[in-house]
Amino acid sequence: MSDVRSAQGGRDTLIRYIRDAGGVGLLALAIFVPFIGLRLHGETNGLVLHYRPKLLVIGVVLAMLARLLVLIWQERRVHQGRAAWRAARVASAGKYVAPALLASAALLPLVPGIANFYIDLGVLVMTYVMLGWGLNIVVGLAGLLDLGYVAFYAVGAYSFALLAHYFHLSFWECLPLSGIFAAIWGMCLGFPVLRLRGDYLAIVTLAFGEIIRLVITNWISLTGGPNGIYNIPHPTFFGLNFNLGGGPGTFSGFFGIDPDPKQLTTYLYYIIFFLALLTNWVTLRLRRLPMGRAWEALREDEIACRSLGINVRNTKLTAFAIGAMFGGFAGCFFATRQNFISPDSFTFIESATVLAIVVLGGAGSQLGVALAAVVMIGIPALLQDLSIYRMLFFGLALVIMMVVRPRGFVSTRTPSIALGKRQQISSELMSEGHG
Amino acid sequence: MTALLEVRDLVMRFGGLTAVSRLSFTAVRGEITAVIGPNGAGKTTVFNCITGFYRPSEGEITIHREDQSTLALHRLPGFAIAKRGRVARTFQNIRLFGGMTVLENLMVAQHNRLQAATGFTLLAVLGLGRYRHVEAEALERAKYWLDATGLTKRADEPAASLPYGAQRRLEIARAMCTDPVLLCLDEPAAGLNPRESEELNALLLKIRAAGCSLLLIEHDMGVVMKISDHIIVLDHGKKIADGTPAEIRTNPAVIAAYLGEGDDDDLDVPVAAQ
Repeated sequence: MSDVRSAQGGRDTLIRYIRDAGGVGLLALAIFVPFIGLRLHGETNGLVLHYRPKLLVIGVVLAMLARLLVLIWQERRVHQGRAAWRAARVASAGKYVAPALLASAALLPLVPGIANFYIDLGVLVMTYVMLGWGLNIVVGLAGLLDLGYVAFYAVGAYSFALLAHYFHLSFWECLPLSGIFAAIWGMCLGFPVLRLRGDYLAIVTLAFGEIIRLVITNWISLTGGPNGIYNIPHPTFFGLNFNLGGGPGTFSGFFGIDPDPKQLTTYLYYIIFFLALLTNWVTLRLRRLPMGRAWEALREDEIACRSLGINVRNTKLTAFAIGAMFGGFAGCFFATRQNFISPDSFTFIESATVLAIVVLGGAGSQLGVALAAVVMIGIPALLQDLSIYRMLFFGLALVIMMVVRPRGFVSTRTPSIALGKRQQISSELMSEGHG
Repeated sequence: MTALLEVRDLVMRFGGLTAVSRLSFTAVRGEITAVIGPNGAGKTTVFNCITGFYRPSEGEITIHREDQSTLALHRLPGFAIAKRGRVARTFQNIRLFGGMTVLENLMVAQHNRLQAATGFTLLAVLGLGRYRHVEAEALERAKYWLDATGLTKRADEPAASLPYGAQRRLEIARAMCTDPVLLCLDEPAAGLNPRESEELNALLLKIRAAGCSLLLIEHDMGVVMKISDHIIVLDHGKKIADGTPAEIRTNPAVIAAYLGEGDDDDLDVPVAAQ
């Protein structure tokens, strides 16, 4: 009896699938005819219209197949319906992912025979990990949507570049200053936007990022304008520089080894590695302190915060300031790594990338942000062989990601305190913040 | 019989609409004062003025402290009323930190006390100072209120996953964790079943016994008449009665406001019905 019913149910499902996929096929046909089916060719006697029926059919069939796969996948998800179990599985996997990632990050430059390119790529990825973690404080914890994070990156970078240019200060002297300056600018941004929420906050922060960039571009007497600033010093290793000439006073000369560009890259890698770890450590500590809890409470419900006597203004400002401070550190590092900075490095696309890393990783999750930075920065760089199709694959990956895990890689939150065992909280229960 | 909260000539206007007009009343220390009235009478507006969510158009709201000093609430910025005035509140539509656990909700409520012990956060980040000690105390206070509201078993669950009645209790527990002298409850019994309502009564009496005065807005007369010491009745933003539950029960003006007897608005009703 039940067999008959399930067979009946199976047939119904099949019919539903076919109907659904057929609809998608028709839609695909309507869209693909002008885009794929027809092609204009410029020839000597003007434009000629070509038809490409084969390609059209392939496109439509692919679209239908993709729809079928989505349907089957959705069906399976409904049947499983064990979100808690899955979250637990992800969390237990996460226990191993984080240390594994940390270990491989720590050992990357030590891999024998690794090309300088990969270490350099590691430096780039790690910079974005740090930026992501910094922005995570503002967006993930405090729930303040900041589209102008690159402003603080720029402030940090230019703080160092200008101090080095005019006062000949070294990287290590400027690193804390860059952070402090960026934090001050974070507060400068924070004050006018205290009352704004959601879209309005996003627009104002975006504008702030652009203002900083435009000021840098146009204040030519100070910053060199679009020409940027050259000859920013590399960091020194306890006073030893990394000149490739060798000799006394250089890293290679002191240790009696051959000069190699890899030495500098490796050194830079470990600097940003520890800066990123510092960001992570501070964030994790803050999460367990009243300030971090107040940030998260602010994301959940600002009005309730007020009713509990939490100073919402100060809480928002500290989130902006501390997030900005880490952006400033990263900016300072960027300047020393590049030797040269110009306003072109601080366009809106940088803010968007960092924000995408935070969102893709799962707001508030440190591990998710690190994974997302690897995916967002590392993979496009490694896919350079695919040339023009690179962004196509990248876009497709992002779309699939948003379908499969709309709340980001790690969509659970670990409580900051617990009486018993810490249970993961699904992000479906979390608020994304209004501000 | 010493006054705790004194509201004098409170006026709240929204544009041309006067939601509360010349309201004066006193909440006595150690008592449960109820504010009742028909829908739209201005009860929640009064609450929002007292707890700093609205700035009153006119009038004064004063807290009398035990050491005889006074604090003018209407001059304080919103958050300072909870911090300095020690006035806590709950909301008509529950406002919990849904993505945080029950325990975290109670820890956030103790923010100011905890934050003061962190040495501008810097020391606590480095693991220095007396923060750990203060946090342990805060945890004890949280446990006490978890126990008092019957939420101990669910302490590590996200607040948003609790059933409705438990969310109501958690909101009260959270407000109590701020260590208030006056707890303002906006319809705490709304949506509760009779058994939960009874439990709420017991909880409120327990809170009063612990030395915290209560000010409550409630529609559930079962709750109001049983536990309040003093009732203030509002209608159309004006106080129409003020007294003990027994006095209120027999007050003709209150009966008129609730049943519509002789009320101008209700003269239309028979006409419309025809």
